Amino acid sequence: MSALIDIADLSIGFTTRAGTQAAVLRHIDLAVRAHETIGIVGESGSGKSTLALAAMGYLKPGLGVLGGAVRFAGQDMFAPTPAVPAIRGGRLALIPQNAGQALTPTIRIGAQIAEALRLHSSLPATAHPARVIELLARVRLAAPAELVVRYPHELSGGQQQRVAIAMALAGEPEALLLDEPTTGLDVTTQAHVLDLLRDLAADTGMAMVYVSHDLGAVARVCARVAVMYAGEIVAEGTARQILRTPAHPYARGLIAAIPTLHEPRLPIPLDGRPPTPGATEPGCAFAPRCALAEYACRATPIPLTPSPGGGTIRCRRGPDALRLPLRQDGQLRTPHEDQAATALLRLDGIAVHYARRSLWQQLTNQHPTAAPVVDNIALSLRPGETIGLVGESGSGKSTILKTIAGLIAPLRGTTTLANTPLAPAVAQRDIHDLRRIQLIFQNPDESLNPRQTIATILAQPLQLYFGLTGDTLRARSADLLAQVRLGPHYLDRLPAQLSGGEKQRVAVARAFAADPDIILCDEVTSALDVSVQAAVLALLDDLRRARNTACLFVSHDLGVVRALADRVVVLYQGRICETGPAAALYATPAHPYTEALLGAVLEPDPDHTPRLLAADVVEQGPPATGCPFQNRCHRRLGDICATTAPPTQDLGTGHLVRCHIPLTPRPETAA
Amino acid sequence: MAVLARMLARPSGAIGLGLVTLHLLAAALSPWLVPYDATAIDAGLMFAPPDAAHWLGTDQLGRDILTRTLLGGREAILVTLIATPIAVAWGGLTGIHLGLAGGRLDDVLMRVVDAVLALPWILKMLVIIVTFGAGVNVLIPTLAFFYGVPVIRVARAATQGVVARDFISAARARGHGRASIVRRELLPNVLDALMVEGAMRWSWMLLAFSSLSFLGFGVAPPTPDWGLMIADSRSFMAIAPWAALAPVAALSTLIIGINFAADALAKAVGLDRAQTTPH
Repeated sequence: MSALIDIADLSIGFTTRAGTQAAVLRHIDLAVRAHETIGIVGESGSGKSTLALAAMGYLKPGLGVLGGAVRFAGQDMFAPTPAVPAIRGGRLALIPQNAGQALTPTIRIGAQIAEALRLHSSLPATAHPARVIELLARVRLAAPAELVVRYPHELSGGQQQRVAIAMALAGEPEALLLDEPTTGLDVTTQAHVLDLLRDLAADTGMAMVYVSHDLGAVARVCARVAVMYAGEIVAEGTARQILRTPAHPYARGLIAAIPTLHEPRLPIPLDGRPPTPGATEPGCAFAPRCALAEYACRATPIPLTPSPGGGTIRCRRGPDALRLPLRQDGQLRTPHEDQAATALLRLDGIAVHYARRSLWQQLTNQHPTAAPVVDNIALSLRPGETIGLVGESGSGKSTILKTIAGLIAPLRGTTTLANTPLAPAVAQRDIHDLRRIQLIFQNPDESLNPRQTIATILAQPLQLYFGLTGDTLRARSADLLAQVRLGPHYLDRLPAQLSGGEKQRVAVARAFAADPDIILCDEVTSALDVSVQAAVLALLDDLRRARNTACLFVSHDLGVVRALADRVVVLYQGRICETGPAAALYATPAHPYTEALLGAVLEPDPDHTPRLLAADVVEQGPPATGCPFQNRCHRRLGDICATTAPPTQDLGTGHLVRCHIPLTPRPETAA
Repeated sequence: MAVLARMLARPSGAIGLGLVTLHLLAAALSPWLVPYDATAIDAGLMFAPPDAAHWLGTDQLGRDILTRTLLGGREAILVTLIATPIAVAWGGLTGIHLGLAGGRLDDVLMRVVDAVLALPWILKMLVIIVTFGAGVNVLIPTLAFFYGVPVIRVARAATQGVVARDFISAARARGHGRASIVRRELLPNVLDALMVEGAMRWSWMLLAFSSLSFLGFGVAPPTPDWGLMIADSRSFMAIAPWAALAPVAALSTLIIGINFAADALAKAVGLDRAQTTPH
């Protein structure tokens, strides 16, 4: 059978200011047959999105085809003929990363899908409304007839992505290109969308090209996987070959960098950083970062050869690479021992809401009537301990951190730091208390001032808390940089001159500059590539351990939390569902929400099937009474869940569950 | 000085900066350059067309136009060069603080700003000048005040784009005071917008000053001044067009120069090194 999408020796690049041609994609050969699902994985800058767009005959502005061709069912996709636009969106459809931005905000859902039908379907116009509803039902959207009159902003991210899929299905495509379609969605939503895509591929026989940085998602949907690095395909094979026995050092490193769920292992970082797009090396592009690189690797181009692990690789050291570590070889983290110590930080009955009081409410000194976004949060953090706060978007994780940092004043509740009450707002806290709690943000592009040099950035806490100036200040800054493994020459750089991982290291250094007792980490690795994430996690754990700093670690990624946390708090809609030692909670989740969350986690393993327990609905706010999870719970008991707040059940060793379902203390949870 | 280099790399920046520099030099050095006495009346030379002795001709009182044009920008440039920084400073700081504070004060004061901006500028200026009299000691504060009001709006908008970012939260969480946050975190990020706005305000102020002179509320005769010269010679446009054209050309080249320079500055700082890609 001939290939449906045939990419032959494709090179794409741009012309530099110096007039030379720099390739972003180099000699790509890829054939996608009908009914085939292929995943293209790689880190940011590897050229995977460029490749997906090129498969449609699109190029980002500034790029040009340097050589090779793309054919869809024999049609040259870069040929300037009317046949090409007819294929795009019809026989070959694209599902973009951010459906919220891809849908037109001012046109109703139904009309947008009908337009796709008008352009790409042979159905008579009178049949369109019925077909729209059929398509919406096809992507498993509830109440499709009501959805057609909605606007995109009225839908959740997961629903928007489903609408984008429905639109792509309108032209009954033979092939779908998916560009990171589930990135940015919550874990449970992501698992549902992937399940839908997988079933669609099986039912319709559509070919799929799935571009993602997430090996878990690719493992779920794709039968074949191609790994890209620096604009080249460096490994290709079946999902099982690539994910189980990867023989290319880069592919192996990528997989080893993914945290595991079963044991508290630190993922293995991939050192170095990828070359800038367009840079060329005579030999293997990965050689500068490769543990096995030899002179011959750098000297000549490496051809694709059969891999000892199955499939093909662009590597000379395949057999040796099979001995490089994988996920299960990560360093086991020893849990924090000091169980008896008194709490360093205590939260009691913290509630927060964002609603601004109306003038009338201010005059009459009333509180807003809506339920608080965060309520009844109790937590105690011991010295040197790491607590992971997990939950989906909107669960109030970041709000809790900001409340502790004093950036948001709680509605009620108390915060105690080392047995003394902590003032709710930054302005009322004394400088010593402020120093003891430091915050690290999600995105270093946002948390580092783009106009300040690294020296100025690090000087802020050092001047404020320790009054350092002049040479001592500079020496201490250089020392801090050394601790995050950056040289002193970084001091005079601006954040824009650093890579994402380096920027986050600077942010970590700034937090530790205050010599804090507690660091609050807000999704600190979610803006980073997986290999960089592993390095930042290892660094954070080292620094924290060396100084016995306690850590409150917020993340939506259960694997990352497993790697770092001694205890875990699971949040839903701003309420604690379950809290307990990490080992017990991950092994035997007791709350239905924890169960659903853990079930939905994707593993980079083609044989792993996530369990979809909770209904995939998005709630706008917590219900006024009863359990916050009542609307999505797969183990709902009945009216009691809606009317009465669930009691706290103690399963021993600090494993607490807020649920109506009777639980018995389990001996195995004591581990 | 990377910004200056980038401005000069653009045609608009090179032309604009060239024109502005030329005018500033002329204003500074003209007392030593001019060939004649600017106020010397010569009845025999009325409306003399340009010739070798009087390159740009003479006006209705026989005064040398070249001399008067070279000297005619001095007062306008001096007044506006003092008033512009004052306007940018007070408008900028007010805007930054409103953007940072937000809340009810911001709501109320911005409505006042809207109200002030809604009035035609000439009306506002004339009310002040008629009440307190013309003259530099009234014009500078008046121009600085009224041209600082739109700066509030720009500074507030620029600040609002920055305060929501995490590095401001980080500074607040560390416990820095408001003044420190404004100086270290905010100001470097809004300074570009303020500089561009300042350059634009300068050109508007020059126009306003000349307009007031034209209407008779600015510089008193016989001091040479562009606005005044245009007002005096416009009745004789038909017989001696050079008398009006010279000050018009001088004023417009300066305004165009400032606008070009401001435009190039905006583009130069919009792509400055904080935003460029690594290496």
